[in-house]
Amino acid sequence: MASSEPGKRANPALYGGMPPARGPAGMAPRLLEFADELRTEGVAVGTSELLDAFNALDAVSWTSLEDFREALATTLAKSQEDRHVLDVLFDRFFFRAVEREAIEQGMREERFEGGEEIDLEALRERIREAIRAGSDGEMRDLARLAIAAFGRQGEGSGVIGVDVQRIRRTLGLKGEKQGAELPDPDAVPRDRLQEFERHVRRELERQMIERTQSLPPAKPLRELDRSLPSNPAQDLSQVHRTVAQLKKRLASHGREHRGRRRSWQVDVRRTMRASLQTGGVPLDLKYRPRRPRRPELYVLCDVSTSVTSASVFFLSVLHALHDQFRKLRSFVFVERISEVTDVFRQERSFAAVSRRIATDAGVADVSGYTDYGRVWLEFLDKVVDDLDPRSTVIVLGDARTNGREPHAQVFGHVAARAGRTFWINPEPRLYWNYGDSVMSAYEPFCDGVFECWTTKQLEVFVNAIAELRAVA
Amino acid sequence: MSDEFTSIEDARERLGQVGYLADEPASLVSFLAGRLGKPVLVEGPAGVGKTELAKAVSRATGRNLIRLQCYEGLDEAKALYEWNYRKQLLRIQTEAADTGWKEVKDDIFGEEFLLARPLLNAITAQEPVVLLIDEIDKTDQEFEAMLLEVLSDFQISIPELGVVQASTHPLVLLTSNNSRELTEALKRRCLYLWLDYPDVERELEIVHLHAPELDERIARKLVEVIHMVRSLDLKKPPSIAESIDWARALLLLGAEDVDQAVLEKTMSIIVKHRTDLDLVAERVGVKLGDGLFGTRQAG
Repeated sequence: MASSEPGKRANPALYGGMPPARGPAGMAPRLLEFADELRTEGVAVGTSELLDAFNALDAVSWTSLEDFREALATTLAKSQEDRHVLDVLFDRFFFRAVEREAIEQGMREERFEGGEEIDLEALRERIREAIRAGSDGEMRDLARLAIAAFGRQGEGSGVIGVDVQRIRRTLGLKGEKQGAELPDPDAVPRDRLQEFERHVRRELERQMIERTQSLPPAKPLRELDRSLPSNPAQDLSQVHRTVAQLKKRLASHGREHRGRRRSWQVDVRRTMRASLQTGGVPLDLKYRPRRPRRPELYVLCDVSTSVTSASVFFLSVLHALHDQFRKLRSFVFVERISEVTDVFRQERSFAAVSRRIATDAGVADVSGYTDYGRVWLEFLDKVVDDLDPRSTVIVLGDARTNGREPHAQVFGHVAARAGRTFWINPEPRLYWNYGDSVMSAYEPFCDGVFECWTTKQLEVFVNAIAELRAVA
Repeated sequence: MSDEFTSIEDARERLGQVGYLADEPASLVSFLAGRLGKPVLVEGPAGVGKTELAKAVSRATGRNLIRLQCYEGLDEAKALYEWNYRKQLLRIQTEAADTGWKEVKDDIFGEEFLLARPLLNAITAQEPVVLLIDEIDKTDQEFEAMLLEVLSDFQISIPELGVVQASTHPLVLLTSNNSRELTEALKRRCLYLWLDYPDVERELEIVHLHAPELDERIARKLVEVIHMVRSLDLKKPPSIAESIDWARALLLLGAEDVDQAVLEKTMSIIVKHRTDLDLVAERVGVKLGDGLFGTRQAG
């Protein structure tokens, strides 16, 4: 960190040391407060970043909101996630700062009177227009109008989130559906609608602060606000990305040895070729790393009803795995087990794969309940000869046996024959071993068990197994 | 230094003159990079013009571009410097027998026997340059750590020679596809810029800039189709370069409209995977065929 202090730069005369603070007085402490708030939200803001921010603000105009925000963002937020958090906090922080100032100085806004005369129908139309094409300011004005009109119809519930939704419904605003055949003439673009809701929320907050003459305590951001806006398609590609990472981690077993030439072998052919330049004297020894072992994966995926919500995620993981690994055999199971490697090989699109698995895998026998014990017996029967210490078994399932014999010993046998065994459970750790979950029976045989139902956790899994290898 | 950007507007304008339409964050960061003397880390999906930004900055400021393309296994011998030991060997062989060891040693570890690689070149250049370190996420962490000295202090330590200080201040841009999380230490030393796919209007401008003869109506539809294709779950979404290629192809073919037939014929320009081709034909092609597309203009 010390090296990035401005004083130590290569050419201080050219780029200046710490510049004298400029800008409105009191801005520096404000910015420090803001940085503090960023830190509580997990954005790593160091001293050097703050110095950069001050330097940057020195170079751009303080009065342009856009430039001000971008200058802060480029120096303080160092990833897309951090950037998103910064944007959310930036709005909140400076909104609160203004409101606090207003309370301290005892300023009050003139309330919009005349809510009685507003024609709801006309207002509806105008708001729709504004959402489609209007400017930010226009939307804000209309949001205030809408709140005024809404106030006439009865007091708000006091909970801002509820009021926002009520206003939206009263105005009959709906977002465009994705993949709708015919565009609904009443619908408005979804992101613009959210923008409008944000304005309504902000105005309601303003009124609340004015009424109570105090600022509500700043709450930490909710998970929902923190996460980047995403859609299912993005999730799917995220899974693919994470699995691609998994492949790298698994396939490049030899990579951590790159720095250590000890484990490299002399490449005779290339050494001889290189020696031609030096008259046949092999001055230049050429090395090649030992061949990393090719991972052999066996993935077992539970597709029963108890994991319905997770099985789409699991199947997409499986789908992504197939994209990445050639030596992969995949199985799905409910009551019985069935190999679906070929299905994945033939069908490339995810939709087609899940359709075919649903129709012809033949994994549900009679009851449709998972029977882990039977699955192990069948699995062992099928692949016992193929399993060797180089293979990795990954089980995706919730370990709920529906009261049937878990046959943990058989699973232990599978785990013993395979090199490594991992279990990914879609339930929170808290629920494990409650009810018919027999996770604890299987856990001792696994090299690692993970709870996993989001791509984030999938990444944790990938990182964890990468570390396991490093130790091993 | 007179060629440095003087303000954000200046940066935007001059980048525009050399054919790069920078948005607000990009022009602000290009301006700040020169002003603060900090490297810039540019992240974003493939094909949004990260590398192009570096090239445009070099053109706009009139500086030379030195490019270091990163790949797995890149080491300091290829990035910083290497001793030219064949030459050293020759030097030793031609030496008279009675020369002392010390003299020879001092001689062969001189600058004459040093092969400068991109980073050393950028630092020792007489004129200030733009240094592009492309796809930094492809290298491993050790290499990143090695870069830290260069990036924060603009100097390189060579054990036999001592520290080589930068005589001029290079403008450094690093690009990353985000395939690997970069270390905090590296990020802390950089300004951060996230480049994303542009919105319809901006991409339309970009297409216009590179294929000015294309009809306004077709260009708009083309960009809208591209955006629709990007919203699908594809292995490789089309990049800006590919929309420009497509626009040029349509121009060459003399297409009158972007309809289902045209899309099916020319789809391979924007989509490069077999499964993606099927998906696009199914989702986008059908929509174009129904004539439903384009009833709604993007705002």
